Amino acid sequence: MSSFAKWFLIALALGFAVLFLLLPLANVFVQAFSYGWAPYWKAVTDTDTGSAIRLTFIVAVISVPLNVLFGLAAAWAIAKFDFRGKAILLTFIDLPFSISPVVAGLLFVLLFGAQGLFGDWLAAHHVKIIFALPGIVLATIFVTFPYVARELIPIMQAQGSEQEEAALTLGASGWQTFWRVTIPSVKWGLIYGVILCNARAMGEFGAVEVVSGHIAGQTDTLPLRVDKLYNEFDPVAPFAVASLLAFLALATLCVKLFLEWKSRDEG
Amino acid sequence: MKEEFLIRSPEAAVEAGVISPSAELPRHRRAASNPLPGLNLTLGFTVFYLTIIVLLPLAALFLRAAHLSWTQLWELATNERAVAAYEMSLGASLAAALINAVFGSLLAWVLVRYRFPGRRLLDGLIDFPFALPTAVAGLTLANLFSEHGWLGQFLTPLGIHGAFSRLGVIIALTFVGLPFAVRTLQPVLLNLDREVEEAASCLGASRFRTFVSVIAPTLFPTVLTGFGLSFARALGEYGSVKFISGNLPRTEIAPVLMVLRLDQYDYTGAIAVALVLMLFSFALLFALNWVQGWASKFQQP
Repeated sequence: MSSFAKWFLIALALGFAVLFLLLPLANVFVQAFSYGWAPYWKAVTDTDTGSAIRLTFIVAVISVPLNVLFGLAAAWAIAKFDFRGKAILLTFIDLPFSISPVVAGLLFVLLFGAQGLFGDWLAAHHVKIIFALPGIVLATIFVTFPYVARELIPIMQAQGSEQEEAALTLGASGWQTFWRVTIPSVKWGLIYGVILCNARAMGEFGAVEVVSGHIAGQTDTLPLRVDKLYNEFDPVAPFAVASLLAFLALATLCVKLFLEWKSRDEG
Repeated sequence: MKEEFLIRSPEAAVEAGVISPSAELPRHRRAASNPLPGLNLTLGFTVFYLTIIVLLPLAALFLRAAHLSWTQLWELATNERAVAAYEMSLGASLAAALINAVFGSLLAWVLVRYRFPGRRLLDGLIDFPFALPTAVAGLTLANLFSEHGWLGQFLTPLGIHGAFSRLGVIIALTFVGLPFAVRTLQPVLLNLDREVEEAASCLGASRFRTFVSVIAPTLFPTVLTGFGLSFARALGEYGSVKFISGNLPRTEIAPVLMVLRLDQYDYTGAIAVALVLMLFSFALLFALNWVQGWASKFQQP
C-alpha cells in the first residue's frame, strides 16, 4: 500500500485511541489534582473512603482465591479428560459473561433478600446476606466466575498431558504432578487470569450496587464510593477515589505487558 | 499438503479439519489410555461450585418468575417505559458495536500490519477499558464531554452534547466494548495467509482491489464476531451508563430501569426486565455461536 494510505490509517487509529483511551485516563488524574494535593489527600484519607478501600480488598481476597480454585479444577477436568456433557459445561462456565451484572445482583436478592426464597429463614436465624458482606462477595464471585477458568482451559488443552503422564510413570503422586509439573507450565496464564479476575472483582459496580444497600462506611466498595461522591457534586473527591481505581487498572495493564514479555521470552 | 492427512488420532483428524469436532470420538480408547488422576475430584468440585454460584441463583429467578401471574409479568415487561428502555438499549448498543466494528478493525489492522513508534504502547492501551472499572469510565467520560470538559468545551458550542444525552450512552458503550472488537480480529489478522494477497497482486490486482475482494471477505465473519461480542457487552452494561446518562427518561436503558424498579421494591417489574435482558443476551449468544461455526468453515486450511 502506498505510504500515504499507511500513515493516514495509522494517524486515524492513533487519533481514535488518544481521544477515546488516553484522554479519559489522563482526565481522571488531572481532575483529581485540579485543586492541588490537599483536597486530593483529604478525599483519599476520608474515613468512609478508608472503609471502602478495606471492603474492596476483603471482597477481592475472598472471591479471587475461590475462583482460582474453581478455575484450576475446571481446567484440569476439561483439558485433561473427555467426558459426556463437556460442551454444556463450557457453555455454563461462560454464562456469567453474558448475564448483565445488574441481573446477577438481582439473582442474589431473589435468593437471600427479605422477599427472597430464603429470606424468612435467614431473618429467623439473624443471618444477613443482602446489604452485607456475604451478598457483595457472592455477587462479585458470580461476575468474575469465568476469568481464571477461561484463561487456563486453552493453555492446558494446548499442552496436552504427556508431561503429567511421564511424571506419573516416574513415580510421582497425583498432587506432586499437579504442583510440580502442571502449575509451573501454566503459571503465566494463571497469573494473568488472577490479575484480570482481581481487576474485575475490585472494580465491579452494577452487581455490587444491587446487593450492597449503600450503607456508608459499611457496604460501600470503592466504585460505589465514587458514585456516592459524584452524586454529592463534589468536583474533586469522586476523581480522587477514582484515581485509586485507575491506578489499579494501570497496574493490571503493566503486569499483563510484563507477562506477555516474559512468556514470549520463555518461548 | 498430503502429509496433513496422515492422521494419527481422532484429535489430529479434528485439527486437520478432516472430521468435524462434533463427530463422535472413540471414547473408550481415550479413557483407557488416560492414566491421570483427579477427574472425579475436579469435575465434582467444578459442577458443585457452578451449581451453587450460577445455576441455583438462575433457577431461583425462573422459579420466582413461574410463580408470578403471566399477565402481570407480560404487562410489566412490555409497558411503554420498558419498551422505550429496550429500544434505547438495543439502539445504543447497536450504534456502539458498529463504531467498534469500524474502529476496532482499523486498530487491529494498524497494530498487526504496520510498524510505527508507540505501537506497543497502543497495543497495551487497547485493554484499558477491560481493566478500568466501569464506574470510573463513566465518571471520566461524563466529565470529558460535559460543558466545561476537555472535549465538551469544543463540542457543546457546535450543538454536540456528549454527556447526559443519548450520544453519551453510545460513547460509554463504545468505550467498554472496544477491546472485544480489536482482540477478536487481531489473532486472525496475524494468521492471515500473506501468500494469497501476494498471489492476487501478482495477478495484477491493485492493493485496494486485493483488500476488497480477497482480505475483506475472509475477515468478515471475524469482524462480525467482534461486533457481536461488543454488542453483547454493551447490552448488559450499567455502571458507565449510570454516570453519563444523567438519569433522564430519554436516556434510560434496560439495566438502569431494572435497578430503578428494584430500588422501589417492585420485584415483579425488575424480574420482567431481567428476563427480557437475558432473552436478548441468550439470543445473541446463539447467533454468535452460529457465526463462529460459519466462520470456522472459512478459516480451515
